[in-house]
Amino acid sequence: MADESNPTPPTTEAPAAPAERPAASERPRGERPGPGARGPRPGGPRGDRKFFRRKKVCKFCVEKIDAINYKDVRLLQQFVAERGKIIPRRLTGVCTPHQRRLTAAIKQARNIALLPFAAR
Amino acid sequence: MQRTYEVMFIVRPDMPEEEVEKLVSTLESNVTSAGGTVKSVERMGKRRLAYVVRKFHEGLYVLLTIEGTGQAIHELERRMRVTEPVIKFLTVRVDEEQKRLAKVKKIRDSKVRRKPESAAAAAGSEPAAVSV
Repeated sequence: MADESNPTPPTTEAPAAPAERPAASERPRGERPGPGARGPRPGGPRGDRKFFRRKKVCKFCVEKIDAINYKDVRLLQQFVAERGKIIPRRLTGVCTPHQRRLTAAIKQARNIALLPFAAR
Repeated sequence: MQRTYEVMFIVRPDMPEEEVEKLVSTLESNVTSAGGTVKSVERMGKRRLAYVVRKFHEGLYVLLTIEGTGQAIHELERRMRVTEPVIKFLTVRVDEEQKRLAKVKKIRDSKVRRKPESAAAAAGSEPAAVSV
């Protein structure tokens, strides 16, 4: 792993607690549009050497937001794509329990016409 | 067993103000007669709907926080289904969520209290010693 200066092995990053990850990010943590696995592709997918390249943290865990209400549309809209689809958590970096609550809130908001089911 | 619910409903936008008030108070009295209590009424005003509901593009949002039994909510929903001005409603049960939030908050408070206590004690003793 010549290009890796990361002290922590990748397998321990798998469980939750993304906020406690050591801040040794070798790549700039910019917003990366477009899909695609976050893993490296050293000349073709040669197995999975490192899963979590970009240490994207869960916004809710960092800000310690517990209750995701279906009423605050502005918060929910950050996790909804342009066509109204829910953005997967590998793109937003949200942790699983928060993603589940977020999904439930988005679906409730859709039902009460605060968010569209399908836009454009 | 009193449970807490949040009922949000949309009233058609071309209703006059006093009619909306009448409708809301009718629903409130319905709840209280069924043995529940209305904790709060919040009128969120006219909003643009995300999609067309019964040919309307806008609606008046009203939020009721109710404490009552499931039967009372069932009755309220039945009423709302038949009242013509209400075009959409959503009932969410919130007492479990509030319990969970209170628990998390309690844990967080008990954790935080330890640090400021020791910090305050240290800071309190330090300047006192320095000044004297």
